[in-house]
Amino acid sequence: MLSKKRALTFSAGAMASAMALAACSSGAVSSDDGAGGGDVTLNVATVNNGQMKDMEQLKSEYEAANPGTTVNFQVMEEADLRAAVTADVASGAGQYDIVTIGAYETPQWGANGWLVDLTPELEADASYDVDDLLPPVRDVNTHEGKLFAVPFYGESSFLMYNKEVLDKAGVSFSGTPTWPEVAEAAKKVDTSDMAGICMRGKPGWGDLFGPLTTVIQTFGGGWYDMDWNATVDTPEWKEAVSFYKTMLDESGQADPVSYSFNECLTAVKEGKAAMWADATVAASMLEADDSPVKGKMGYVPMPVVETDQSGWLWSWNLAIPSSTKNKDAAVDFVKWATSKDYINLVGEKIGWSNVPPGSRTSTYEIPEYKEAASAYAPLTLEVMSSVNPKQPGVNPQPWVGIQYVSIPEFQDVGNQCAQQIADYIANRTSVDDALAQCQSVAQKAGDAHKG
Amino acid sequence: MSMTDVDTVEAKTATDPRRVKKGEFRSARGLAAPAIIFLILLTQVPFLVTIGFSTMNWNLLYPQDRGFTGFDNYVTALSSGALWPSILATVLITALSVTLSLLFGLLFALLLDRKFPGQAIARTLMITPFLIMPAAAALIWKYSMFDTNIGILNWLSRITGLPVVSWSTEHPLASVVIVLTWQFTPFMMLILLAGLQGQDKAIMEAAQVDGAGTWRTFTWITLPHLRMYVEIGVLLGSVIIIQVFDPIAILTKGTGGTKTLAYLLYERAFIGLDVGEAAAYGVVTVVLTIIVATIALRTLFKVFMAGGSR
Repeated sequence: MLSKKRALTFSAGAMASAMALAACSSGAVSSDDGAGGGDVTLNVATVNNGQMKDMEQLKSEYEAANPGTTVNFQVMEEADLRAAVTADVASGAGQYDIVTIGAYETPQWGANGWLVDLTPELEADASYDVDDLLPPVRDVNTHEGKLFAVPFYGESSFLMYNKEVLDKAGVSFSGTPTWPEVAEAAKKVDTSDMAGICMRGKPGWGDLFGPLTTVIQTFGGGWYDMDWNATVDTPEWKEAVSFYKTMLDESGQADPVSYSFNECLTAVKEGKAAMWADATVAASMLEADDSPVKGKMGYVPMPVVETDQSGWLWSWNLAIPSSTKNKDAAVDFVKWATSKDYINLVGEKIGWSNVPPGSRTSTYEIPEYKEAASAYAPLTLEVMSSVNPKQPGVNPQPWVGIQYVSIPEFQDVGNQCAQQIADYIANRTSVDDALAQCQSVAQKAGDAHKG
Repeated sequence: MSMTDVDTVEAKTATDPRRVKKGEFRSARGLAAPAIIFLILLTQVPFLVTIGFSTMNWNLLYPQDRGFTGFDNYVTALSSGALWPSILATVLITALSVTLSLLFGLLFALLLDRKFPGQAIARTLMITPFLIMPAAAALIWKYSMFDTNIGILNWLSRITGLPVVSWSTEHPLASVVIVLTWQFTPFMMLILLAGLQGQDKAIMEAAQVDGAGTWRTFTWITLPHLRMYVEIGVLLGSVIIIQVFDPIAILTKGTGGTKTLAYLLYERAFIGLDVGEAAAYGVVTVVLTIIVATIALRTLFKVFMAGGSR
């Protein structure tokens, strides 16, 4: 009796913990493709930004033109997407036929053989016009001459501000402002009802570290030196990070740690923030027809300190994992979604200001788009072509990329560091402790790339 | 608890060799076997595989560089300094949420135990938080309640002249606990309500006749009677809350002392993409959970075995 009781107790305990374990590895997604009979189901993993949601809305157009093909969208937050897609592609699980990946992933994944090389298919199709893709964006998605992902939209970053509010406070910018100027302006326009500036603070290397890395770089800092020594516990980092926090404390949005791109977008739209330094793609949403601040926004290049420019370079791209079972259908869909026709389709069906920017040169020649996006399109194109991903900061760096380090460990390093800095922003740790922790994490990753 | 007594009695007779023929006993086992095999396949096999992974050097980002490393992953897991804060966070979040939802659950159960018009509707409404998906609940709280611009809590503090609270930034642990308490109060309430309704009215009347007031009846008769239900509630609540993930991922991303074991595991596995290290953390978590669960379950079984003596 006693032994039975013990066995029962133990197995119940083991079961409870196994359940706990199973819960940790959840996130299973059904992917039933009707493989037979020419019916194809394409599973697309994508990020929850406006342009991607428009694509989901327009997928019925594609399905109507391609009978037998069903397109399933799984829209996720950036960090969740990155985790889900990396785990799927790296393990070859083949759950997704098309994945949305950033410029950070493309060259690394291409080198690992995880992605289908799209160069031959795209070059063979004259109507697709692969040379129309914007050169800098095409470059960051190319590894050893092979295009592993096609840009769906590309972006840099700039400073957006509410003209009415800044005019009233007598603040104006000419040319490229400096960060101290912007902090001063933010302080002037900050009221209890409206934050002076909205900046990302949500822990995550793609959240907080997007803008923060460019601030660090223009303050003279960088992640690594040419020998892959981490350079996080340097005066430049400390100066930049404390500047960022002080600006948030004095005139930033309340609750910075829960703010990232979408939260700031809402805040600026609703008149809860006067300025915002973030992705250029935001402008198309601020100037959309349903936006309360349409026509009231001004745009200048990203503020600088020691460098001439400090915009980032990013693109969200469509790629096809090698593990897909529907390669041909997937290529066809990717071509459709990144074609000139698609851009016209978005313009006609959804609105010209919602057109995915920064992917094709020809987009900037469409008269309707030029008119709808006159406030920000020329500056976007200018910023995107002036950034230098080979050396964005003051010092040379051993990788190509601006607001990220193209090593596989970076998302882990960036994530852990972002948590430390978020703790600093929330006054739970000191800047020295946060940077010291971050330095040791970064150094461990850098060591793997030495020699 | 009359139901338990019946169960115990049935369990005894079913296995009593004098009463059950061997053949019947075998066929009973045969009937249970598919379910047991299914359970083993679904829970124990993955666990064994996890133990296997935990001894491997396997980072998804380096698919070529994969091999056996023995206990290296355990050394990393135990020495990285992430484990102990994480255990503390798990214990704090679980203990606070269970205690608070138990207290609120008791309060609402006592109120709902009274007869009043609209009782059924009130009960259904009280249960709804438990029926909402955890991720949806966390999102509702993030935007509709905690948000500094559009959240109800800060709207309330604005109209009452109190300072605006940046919940996720200033009080990360509290915001997670609040969401969990909101979700699990109905769960505790249901268990305690069942206990209250199973209370013998004759005893209550006897207490009244003996001159005991409301408070004394509550502390001397109702509470001791509820003790068993409280224990069940605490046990089940802890088992569920210890694996909580959604509110942390949505509200705090593991900052500010809210990185529970479940979230830490997620980070190692899906952000670090280190399968070996994540598996080692998983095994450590399971061992810890087994220890806690075994102690807790033993206490619970004691309750069942002792039956009416309490």
